[in-house]
Amino acid sequence: MTKITHAHGTGGQYTHDLIKNVFVRHFNNAQLNALLDSAILTAPSRQLVFTTDAHVVQPRFFPGGDIGRLAVAGTINDLAVCGARPLWLSAAFIIEEGFDLDELEKIVSSMQTTASTAGVSIVTGDTKVVNKGEADGVFITTAGIGIKLYSQPLGPARMAPGDSILISGYIGDHAAAIIKARQLFDIDLSVESDCAPLNSLTELLCSRLATIKIMRDPTRGGVATTLNEFVAGGTCGIRIYEDKLPVRSAVLGLCEPLGFDPLYLANEGKLIIVVSSAESDVCLDLLRSHPLGKHAAIIGEVVAQPSGRVLLRTTIGSNRVLEMLTGEMLPRIC
Amino acid sequence: MIRYLDEYRDPRLIEAIADRIRAIAPTHPINLMEVCGGHTLTIFKYGLKHFLPASINLISGPGCPVCVTDNSYIDYAVALSARPELIIASFGDMLRVPGSTGSLQSAKADGADVRICYSPLEALAIAEMHPEHQVVFLGIGFETTAPLVASAILRAAEYGLTNFSVLSAHKVMPPAMQAIIQAGEIALHGFICPGHVTAITGPEIYEFIARDHHLPCVVTGFEPLDVLEAILRLAEQIRAGIAKVENQYRRAVKPGGNAQAQAIMREVFEPAPATWRGLGTIPQSGLRIRDQYRDFCAETKFPLTLEPAVDQPGCICGDVMRGLKTPPECPLFRTICQPEHPCGACMVSAEGTCATYFKYHQSIP
Repeated sequence: MTKITHAHGTGGQYTHDLIKNVFVRHFNNAQLNALLDSAILTAPSRQLVFTTDAHVVQPRFFPGGDIGRLAVAGTINDLAVCGARPLWLSAAFIIEEGFDLDELEKIVSSMQTTASTAGVSIVTGDTKVVNKGEADGVFITTAGIGIKLYSQPLGPARMAPGDSILISGYIGDHAAAIIKARQLFDIDLSVESDCAPLNSLTELLCSRLATIKIMRDPTRGGVATTLNEFVAGGTCGIRIYEDKLPVRSAVLGLCEPLGFDPLYLANEGKLIIVVSSAESDVCLDLLRSHPLGKHAAIIGEVVAQPSGRVLLRTTIGSNRVLEMLTGEMLPRIC
Repeated sequence: MIRYLDEYRDPRLIEAIADRIRAIAPTHPINLMEVCGGHTLTIFKYGLKHFLPASINLISGPGCPVCVTDNSYIDYAVALSARPELIIASFGDMLRVPGSTGSLQSAKADGADVRICYSPLEALAIAEMHPEHQVVFLGIGFETTAPLVASAILRAAEYGLTNFSVLSAHKVMPPAMQAIIQAGEIALHGFICPGHVTAITGPEIYEFIARDHHLPCVVTGFEPLDVLEAILRLAEQIRAGIAKVENQYRRAVKPGGNAQAQAIMREVFEPAPATWRGLGTIPQSGLRIRDQYRDFCAETKFPLTLEPAVDQPGCICGDVMRGLKTPPECPLFRTICQPEHPCGACMVSAEGTCATYFKYHQSIP
């Protein structure tokens, strides 16, 4: 079994072999294959959208995904929710000395599979090797460039009372899969991470809807935190209905004994969309017509008062304020 | 499982119980104490006060294990963590509790080997993996957690492990409830008794409260319907002028409790005085590791003499624990003290009263 050593990070022959045998072989596209210091890209005459994201996850392989898929989908989704079509990605790897080369190759292959599904090329990259103990296996940073498709500006300021809030499917799957994969709790649970590039879904919505106000993928901090970001400092509030939220029974089954709330669990392949109420039904139909939106639902609406707050109407008919995630979610002790 | 829970969150059933509570509620104010932090969380998360008449006042009690742990214990753990041969293993919440001079989290940032565990058996596994280190598990919690820690000690004894010990701050509930009654600082009219604790102990442990103090007790679960039904049953007892122990949580709590867990707990621990945050030292309210297992007692293995613990100036966690004050009455609440940087233990745990108020008790205009 070949291990990554410092020689792979020196910039010498080993580095070149690693680039050629792993990265170029899998990512395989004209810009990367040229092996220049930068990728030379021709931008269409549109607004460019640019983002970056660093990825660290334990375990690196989990039901429904791995760190490679996460690193590619994460950056694609950041572009997609801005109404953009992602085109090019960069990928930088910080690898711990002694890392298994086969595992690296599995990760790189998964990145390419994810990127090609999304129609994206990984056109430039970098590798550094650090001493054993100075990194936890592998850290991956990706950056992405896309072109803006949606002609309207998107953002919280565009929201107005009466707008509808939709989610593209079950919430909390990713966090639940990770919690399960860490094997910290002996809970019988079958759930896969929802980790997926959302750009085909957002592109469908952008092409058919005229009144999208904002879109976001509710990753860390979950749906509750994303909705709070929408209203923070603004003139509107949000009301959502607990009984409208799509949550798998397996995820609830994990949350109940541990005292977790699915509204705060991370997602890696879900979309929250705010649209005018006039288009909410069309939006719901479009979402449900797409494989990534089969379980979509309208979960609430934008309200005038109280501004800056997210209200939850509980299943039992009471109201409470839904805060951002504070601190870490830890299981209850008794 | 979820269908099973749904019934306990059915809005029609909730309304029906709420109607019955309103129909029989006394006109004079009554104070009911929910002892367990889990119940406090249910009450706030589901906005149960919304369903109650103004005369029924719910008071949070000393039932969050992190919250009741005294600063002297945190100080002991922080001092132990400075010794390079030691690995401190703890439930995650404990890391953030500020002691007299600092928290375990700040000790960790300064280089101490402090690890988060989800179970005492995980700490045992760390000890097995690191024979060159001494592993100290921070044992906190009530009758619910103590049997687990006891079984970890029994297993360590069975394996002949010499590098595993427990710093025990385990506590038992009834003496603390008695201390609150006897202090007489608040006029209590009944107890909502902790479901998880009682699943281990059995509901009999509250008999003395009904008999000697004429206060109704209802053991209940953690769903909104459970808690409302407990309130209804307490209101019924108060109206009838009787005081007895009722078990609403029959799906988990059996008469006599869990005999096996009690036996394991008794094998390893014996009752001892314990210091509670806010309540002071209460006789017979703690669980000390028996002499027979002293090789697994961190206090015996690593004796320390520390300066007396000091509380954060201005923090009223102690008064909150006794039910005398609510978090918004604290000058630090929301201003300086927040879940991200807690000044007191009650802001740390998800089931701490201050954290619950912070998260759920925003006025809805």
